[in-house]
Amino acid sequence: MDSKLKRDIMLDNYENPQNRGIPLDDSYVKINSRSDSCVDNIDIAAKIKDGIIEDIRFDGEACAICTSASSIITKELKGKTKEEAKSIIDNFERMINELPYNDEVLGELNIYNEVYKQPSRKNCALLPAKSVKKIIESK
Amino acid sequence: MNREDFEILNDGLIYFDNAATTMKPKKVVNAIVDYYTKYTANAHRGDYDNSLIVDDKYEGVRDKVRKFINAKTNSEIVFTKGSTESFNMIVFGFMSYYLKRGDEVILSKEEHASNILPWQSLAKRIGFTIKYASLNENYELTLENIEKEINDNTKVISLAHITNTIGDVRDVEQIGKLCEKHNILFVLDATQSIGHIKVDVQKFNISFLGFSAHKMLGPTGVGVLYGKKELLENLVPIELGGGMNVSFSSFGNYTLKELPARLEAGTRNIAGVIGMGEAIDYLEEIGLSNIHNYEVELKKYLIDKLSKVKNIKIYNKNTNSGIVLFNVGDYFSQDVAIYLNQFKICIRAGNHCAKMLEEVICTTNTCRVSLYFYNTKEEIDKLVEALEQQDKILDTLV
Repeated sequence: MDSKLKRDIMLDNYENPQNRGIPLDDSYVKINSRSDSCVDNIDIAAKIKDGIIEDIRFDGEACAICTSASSIITKELKGKTKEEAKSIIDNFERMINELPYNDEVLGELNIYNEVYKQPSRKNCALLPAKSVKKIIESK
Repeated sequence: MNREDFEILNDGLIYFDNAATTMKPKKVVNAIVDYYTKYTANAHRGDYDNSLIVDDKYEGVRDKVRKFINAKTNSEIVFTKGSTESFNMIVFGFMSYYLKRGDEVILSKEEHASNILPWQSLAKRIGFTIKYASLNENYELTLENIEKEINDNTKVISLAHITNTIGDVRDVEQIGKLCEKHNILFVLDATQSIGHIKVDVQKFNISFLGFSAHKMLGPTGVGVLYGKKELLENLVPIELGGGMNVSFSSFGNYTLKELPARLEAGTRNIAGVIGMGEAIDYLEEIGLSNIHNYEVELKKYLIDKLSKVKNIKIYNKNTNSGIVLFNVGDYFSQDVAIYLNQFKICIRAGNHCAKMLEEVICTTNTCRVSLYFYNTKEEIDKLVEALEQQDKILDTLV
């Protein structure tokens, strides 16, 4: 995939993010993550039933990479089992951290495969994944 | 000014994050290297030549600091790890014994975390009240707004001399007089002012003061706590150990040294202290008033230029220091900062550790340019040029 297409998908998810807005509903588990520099501030909330992520949404203020990654992660994880979600998040983290990974499970998240070239952006991409991991582990 | 003393600037780096930390001139770095390569020894611990050299240098810096901030005696100067430690010592070592339930402490919402969190933590324990003096329409703290909050229960006013966000310079001389009139202790956070304008603890009637060396050309991990002698005498050490005691026994009796040694437990950051001393000499050679005048001139130049760029919102046009806070349209501040990084321009994005400021300026994130004497108008032109092409900000995503 060429860089322009990747950028366009990121921008689309930044400007028109999917699954944004968290309902006031106790059946959602909500986790907040902030970057070390306190700039990005993202909440992820998921409703998990019988081991399946029925719904997953996000909210918060963050840069283009963090916001678009939150949008795409929620799209990719909706309807997945906890095990599938765990595998997606693990592989996503491995990709960002330049370790061997399985691109077949990542779907649209593959557009972040060059983020490692900008070290300051790595944590932005990883921030929503951090919350998702905590949610999966908590239920 | 003096760019040749900063090797790091030779390679096109445009450093506009001086409120976070400043660059270090060669002299400062060399002084630290000399300590580690030519006369390493502990302070106050030995009878051999190098140990005496270290004692002379270390105590010599105390003397420099005293003159620099116009304290009365060297025993009022304590070397710490930096402002944060200084403020924690003031609050937990002194205020925790001084303040009672029902007392009031005045702060402002622009204060840095290190001048808020220790107070909030202690307030929870003791039950005193923290009041936040409000800012005017230019986001500045006026004397009237401070005075409004004062009553018979007010025991302490603790403020930054210059804030690290809005960059407003507080009228500390008048605030000091107000404190004298009402018998209130005046704690000053000089972190953002110490390398930029004159700090005079006697003229400003300061009870306690803290600053960090790394924001005034010195090394990280070292700073100063100043306290009026009669107050500092009552500051209970929050750290105990070597170097600060006269004697101790198995019966549990111990005697502590006089000030300032009593408040300097363990081996201090000797190299850092020596580096800080060089930084003071360097600043005095240039002259703080020359530095301030030049910064204000640069700020005016930046504001003039930035005001002509579309979609730029500047939050603090009128403040009298080298800090400019702005946003570019709806772009997230971090995206702007990362875009500018391509041009080797370093700015800060975020809330700048003053997390209550958003309640005042109604935005959580801003871009901050903080200038210093080694910055130039040409560097500002490059920043403005980059911001003129703001439609390219998100091109850096991939």
